[in-house]
Amino acid sequence: MNPHLLLRVVSKFLIPLIALYAFYVQFHGDFGPGGGFQAGVILAASIILYALIFGLKEAKRAVPPSFVRILMTIGVLVYGGTGVVTWLLGGEFLNYGVLNHHDPAHGQHWGILAIELGVLITVASVMVAIFYAFGSRQPDLSDEDW
Amino acid sequence: MPSTLILDIGLLAILVVVAIMIVRLRSLFAIVMLQGVYSLVSAAWFVSLDAVDVAFTEAAVGAGVSTVLMLSAMLLADRESKPVPLSNHLAPLFIVIVAGAAMFYAVGDMPAYGDANSPANTHVGMDFMEMTANDIHIPNVVTAVLGSYRGFDTFGETVVIFAAGLGVLLLLGLNGNAGRWQAVPNGINLTPSEAPPGVPQVVTDKTLQKKPKSKKVKAKSKVAQKANTAQKAKKKTVPSRGASSLSKKEVQSKTRTQSKSRSNSKAETKSKGGAK
Amino acid sequence: MLTAFFENYNYYVVIILMMTGLYVVFSSRNLIKKLSGLSVFQTSVFLLYITIGKVEGGQPPIVSENHASNDSSVMVAGGGEAAIGHAGQMSDVLYSNPLPHVLILTAIVVGVATLAIGLALTVRIRETYGTIEEDELAMLDYTYNLEGTDA
Repeated sequence: MNPHLLLRVVSKFLIPLIALYAFYVQFHGDFGPGGGFQAGVILAASIILYALIFGLKEAKRAVPPSFVRILMTIGVLVYGGTGVVTWLLGGEFLNYGVLNHHDPAHGQHWGILAIELGVLITVASVMVAIFYAFGSRQPDLSDEDW
Repeated sequence: MPSTLILDIGLLAILVVVAIMIVRLRSLFAIVMLQGVYSLVSAAWFVSLDAVDVAFTEAAVGAGVSTVLMLSAMLLADRESKPVPLSNHLAPLFIVIVAGAAMFYAVGDMPAYGDANSPANTHVGMDFMEMTANDIHIPNVVTAVLGSYRGFDTFGETVVIFAAGLGVLLLLGLNGNAGRWQAVPNGINLTPSEAPPGVPQVVTDKTLQKKPKSKKVKAKSKVAQKANTAQKAKKKTVPSRGASSLSKKEVQSKTRTQSKSRSNSKAETKSKGGAK
Repeated sequence: MLTAFFENYNYYVVIILMMTGLYVVFSSRNLIKKLSGLSVFQTSVFLLYITIGKVEGGQPPIVSENHASNDSSVMVAGGGEAAIGHAGQMSDVLYSNPLPHVLILTAIVVGVATLAIGLALTVRIRETYGTIEEDELAMLDYTYNLEGTDA
């Protein structure tokens, strides 16, 4: 009998909701409180909760470390790439107005969406990577010291 | 006087009590938990200060992720901080009191709490409210300023986060095995491959000579993988950088010869592992 | 006297909190407790920034829905007058200053990233030296001449 049965059942129900909430925060960030930073941390929190309840091994099977390592870079590249695209379209670096020829405000919307996506990817993957790094380290004290 | 005065005073009182408890406590677990409480209460106060985005972030990051990180680091380090003698408290207390008094003196020049006409609240900050409505058409001004007006800044922050993640991965390894166990600065092995005892033994030179021997016996029981990492670490060992005293040179040469013999034993264990 | 105090009591309390955090950083020898104190110090600085941006009776800096839609419809109709009409509309609702919020928002996330670096260093120090108490670290450094001062 698993001593953490209740915890497992509840978190199995909660983890998808937390991840979903992270995406709500991400894409509703233009209208209410929220944005890439918060969403990234919440998304990472859902993975960390999974690792805490079901074990680091399972979490690494679900979200492989190599994947996390690549995503860390991709997030920064998405952000910087948005800047380069606006550059190529004739505007300044990170001036999103040029993304849409008809209405600069729409271009601003798209630009903010793109860079928030970059922030989300970077923050979430860096937090997960940091947790993996600490969690995989073998403790040199036994549990009896608690 | 602000309308939320009682709420503000209550939350600030909790913050002060929690901060003082952090000073007084010695159990690291309690300290880390109280730090999470501190973050959560300050997040509540951020809501009262109209900073909903900041409150959101503080609750998710300060109370959530950083507590988890502190706990996992604590698991790898200590549970209890050792008491500091009273005499070592005096100098910090003096510095803190002087700095605090200087800041108290400066408070007289600060704008009143909630003053709409203070310099901070009249210029560029408030201009963003109107500029966002005209240029970007999104309701959340904080997101607009963060993403568009201060996009460079946010780009820099993202790179800082990336760099910090990279630093942690370099220090610990994504799978937690960077620089495993062996650290041999100046040719002296400080880490016994066994779990170190809670109190570090400050060994004199004579005991230092004996230490690797006991390790050698235990090293046989270790798995071949660990022997591998140990050998790698040994390669990095810098030959003596001109030790000061003769005795130190002796010690170093001895440790080196011992390490040679150890590598032989490692080869044994390796072959054993291969036989399996 | 009392009203003068309540005009900026927030600064006094925040300064006390900041100094408490600083005191933990200075006085404790345990590296994790030090980092915890640094965290408290950092959060208190955030509090200072946010209290400066607070406007009495203000709203969170999120323009209400009808405002935004009104505004955009006006914008479509005609550019020049919209700004004037809009400025008139803005004045009836008071918002808190969004700029400190933006600054602190990113600072919080960067703060946790740097905290992670500090903790990683602490873990490595603990593995190398077997302790994270500062005085014991200094003692080990001295005993083994790890700083190489008299080499």
